[in-house]
Amino acid sequence: MARAVTQNRKIINTAAAWTVGLLIFFPILWTILTSFKTEATAIADPPVFLAFDWTLENYSVVLERSNYMRFLWNSVIIAGGSTILGIIIAVPAAWSMAFVPGKRTKDILLWMLSTKMLPAVGVLYPIYLIFIKMGLLDSRTGLVIVLMLMNLPIIVWMLYTYFREIPGEILEAARMDGAGLKEEILYVLTPMAIPGIASTLLLNFILAWNEAFWTLNLTAAKAAPLTAFIASYSSPEGLFYAKLSAASTMAIAPILILGWFSQKQLVSGLTFGAVK
Amino acid sequence: MSLRNSICAATALAMATATSAFAETTITIATVNNGDMIRMQGLADEFTASHPDIKLEWVTLEENVLRQRVTQDIAAKGGQFDVMTIGTYEVPIWGAQDWLVSLNDLPAAWDADDILPAIRDGLTVEGELYAAPFYGESSMVMYRKDLMEKAGLEMPEAPTWDQIKDAAAAMTDKDNEVYGICLRGKAGWGENMALLTAMGNSFGARTFDESWTAQYDSEEWATTVNFYVDLLNGYGPPGASTNGFNENLSLFQQGKCGMWIDATVAASFVTNPKDSTVADQVGFALAPDNGLGKRGNWLWAWSLAIPAGSDATEEAKEFITWATSKEYTALVASKEGWANVPPGTRSSLYQNTEYAKVPFAAMTLNSINAADPTDPAVEPVPYTGVQFVAIPEWAGIGTQVGQEISAALAGQQSVEEALEKAQALTTDEMEAAGY
Amino acid sequence: MATQHSRSAARLMMAPAVILLLGWMLVPLIMTLMFSFKKYLPLRGGDLGWVGFDNYIRFVTSSAFWPSVLATLAIVGGVLFITVVFGVLLAVLLNQPMWGQGIVRILVIAPFFVMPTVSALVWKNMFMDPVNGLFAHLWKFFGATPIEWLSQASLQSIIMIVSWQWLPFATLILLTAIQSLDREQLEAAEMDGAPPLKRFGYITLPHLGRAITVVVLIQTIFLLGIFAEIFVTTQGSFGTRTLTYLIYQRVLESQNVGLGSAGGVYAIILANIVAIFLMRAVGKNLDA
Repeated sequence: MARAVTQNRKIINTAAAWTVGLLIFFPILWTILTSFKTEATAIADPPVFLAFDWTLENYSVVLERSNYMRFLWNSVIIAGGSTILGIIIAVPAAWSMAFVPGKRTKDILLWMLSTKMLPAVGVLYPIYLIFIKMGLLDSRTGLVIVLMLMNLPIIVWMLYTYFREIPGEILEAARMDGAGLKEEILYVLTPMAIPGIASTLLLNFILAWNEAFWTLNLTAAKAAPLTAFIASYSSPEGLFYAKLSAASTMAIAPILILGWFSQKQLVSGLTFGAVK
Repeated sequence: MSLRNSICAATALAMATATSAFAETTITIATVNNGDMIRMQGLADEFTASHPDIKLEWVTLEENVLRQRVTQDIAAKGGQFDVMTIGTYEVPIWGAQDWLVSLNDLPAAWDADDILPAIRDGLTVEGELYAAPFYGESSMVMYRKDLMEKAGLEMPEAPTWDQIKDAAAAMTDKDNEVYGICLRGKAGWGENMALLTAMGNSFGARTFDESWTAQYDSEEWATTVNFYVDLLNGYGPPGASTNGFNENLSLFQQGKCGMWIDATVAASFVTNPKDSTVADQVGFALAPDNGLGKRGNWLWAWSLAIPAGSDATEEAKEFITWATSKEYTALVASKEGWANVPPGTRSSLYQNTEYAKVPFAAMTLNSINAADPTDPAVEPVPYTGVQFVAIPEWAGIGTQVGQEISAALAGQQSVEEALEKAQALTTDEMEAAGY
Repeated sequence: MATQHSRSAARLMMAPAVILLLGWMLVPLIMTLMFSFKKYLPLRGGDLGWVGFDNYIRFVTSSAFWPSVLATLAIVGGVLFITVVFGVLLAVLLNQPMWGQGIVRILVIAPFFVMPTVSALVWKNMFMDPVNGLFAHLWKFFGATPIEWLSQASLQSIIMIVSWQWLPFATLILLTAIQSLDREQLEAAEMDGAPPLKRFGYITLPHLGRAITVVVLIQTIFLLGIFAEIFVTTQGSFGTRTLTYLIYQRVLESQNVGLGSAGGVYAIILANIVAIFLMRAVGKNLDA
């Protein structure tokens, strides 16, 4: 009897969760489907769901018109570079905050977060002028630096919350064994914090990948990532839903696939210290 | 130094010289993602084939993003682009600041005298041509012959606004999703305000009087905007307040508009059977007037210009010469047909007997000739520009005024409120700019 | 435990991050402050001299200022409300036993991976377009007049788009928090005959307090600066002009850097007011 009740509940839960899940996912699914339609089918009334003549034409048009691989590569370099650089700088900072907390540690942490509240548009002009002076316009280096600085507070914050969960006794034991600061971080702390570092890495990679203000305003051709690629497909003349969908799919597919494969790592670490 | 080493060094030196002789110069071209420019990008292989030492980098962006990027870059002197696609609004302002390279020295074969005078004047500042027109446009009425016939009406060659309103009423059939009139409603100085400012001219309105006082509180503007709002709310498509050029184009191509008053370049899209379901039913007429001596049509030219900071001026000139030449026109005609050549820049195109067969050729030329950027309004004005005011502040003013009118069109405020706010914000912006 | 030695080492290790962020904050901030006291019009020759507080006065007295502050707060508040409420519900649902939990989780987190520009474009064109959008088709199918989303319900539409993007984030954090909840406690309550709603209200929800604060904090930081969603959909029309967008209009459309910089300073002040409230709440919650 009790089994039957739980069984029924499971069925209801499953139905409910799948409905909600599909509903949330639907816009993405629809975009992917539309990318395989012709422009005319894309706006057909009533809309066609699956029973249309699948075509790859949109993809070939997009590939012919833009150098997709270059945009993709720039995105990878910029998002990857800024994330890795950010982690290299943030690990020592987060370590010292977590294990040698001072009176001001919390203030410093919160101050770091507050730097993220500077409105980007407000400082576009100053940053643009600095970039011109330093010759960083349209360079991947420039964007790596800017995006690293943008995400640094989040990286420090996330790492800090993971490090705090590591019991101090282990470090002391390591110290007794004669481990120096470097060994302590490299051989004791880092391995324990791998899941945390992995999810920090993933989250910030996603944030950097999707950043669309600086990447668009500080690049022209050489360093332009996928956000700029998309900007050449939004609202051109004439019917464009199918081509827009193809370009959109191409812009989000890499990160979507990466996210799905690594979602366990991402989820396991994505707590921001919310769970004790 | 051993013999071997010196041979190596000599070879290296020779190779270095050889490479520098074939050194490629890269020019970065910022352009808008309109059909004609995308076609140019596709045909650019022809250019690089004859200019192996020039490499082209394309930055193709949606219009709003493009404008923001190039303005930012030229104002801050970022020097990221060698060729910029800009319009008749930017050229006089930037040219006067000496931010653009003069194109007076383009080769004689390019034939500057062939450029339509109205277009050329718009791109010239104190005798210096600062941009080469890629395509030019005015605005006109595009209408559905079959729907007009069904309604028992005939479209005059030069209609009045009242005739447009009557025709819109007669053609509207909301149950079948046919809307008598499609007009721009999306806010933006290059969207609804282009239409409204040009329309205002035909209603006797003007944006500023001779002493640069904003005129949105005038009787004429109230009449213009009320007419526009009534027309669109009565016979326009749903969501008109968010429709820009592209949205209206796709509505018209789907057969959902009876009439559409917009850029003359749209003619080649709506008559193209590949994209348009109504390709064989489109008629053309001049933009409407009110009998006051000015018609509601604008003048615009997407043009190629070289920012003064470019380090590849000569190469950029070569490219511009190619892209805006008669040969380029011929190239497009041979590959894609005469209907697809970039229109509205050269007299020779309109003398071409092949091009004369294109259904919208004559009406485009007449529309362009009917616009006068130096004397746009019924009353005298201190500015140039038909559908814009050629001052740096206009982009900001136009867009904000456009947002107020857009909100009035969506029914979120009355026309009076919108114009009151428009007047206040324009006065404020002008004050901030030091008028 | 912390020796003098490790303290100075700690300071040294913190230094790069702190110095970099200090530079990232101060350099643009000082330049912005300087511009804000100047008449700076790039298209009219650039720096035209000092003007005192003119820009500040002009920025607040403009009729667009207060509506833009309200629009900002409405969007941030609306998105926070939706993501937290639905995030909690979704987290509870996903925590139940079911088939294919992993796949459902993948479906739910997917929107988080989508670029804001792309999601705005897709929603605007393929869903909210009053003629060709999917919603319009749906409305017509049921015989209703399609809603003109981006003009008639502009603020709600933007809140909806942004909420769609951020719901996965909230759900994930809340789900992790729920999973850490003591099962025995819940089962004991169930044994005592406490109805599900009561169990949720007295045990689950209080347990989530900390996670909710974190969600609110992180999201607020990102939401205060949303730009792409508005730029792509309404361009600030129909009451969706946020403070960020107003500054954008001043700086880039009107090319009035002085005025825009003054706006930037106001935005920093607003962000800090919000931040102080948040930090208080979070600081307390994190100590606990």
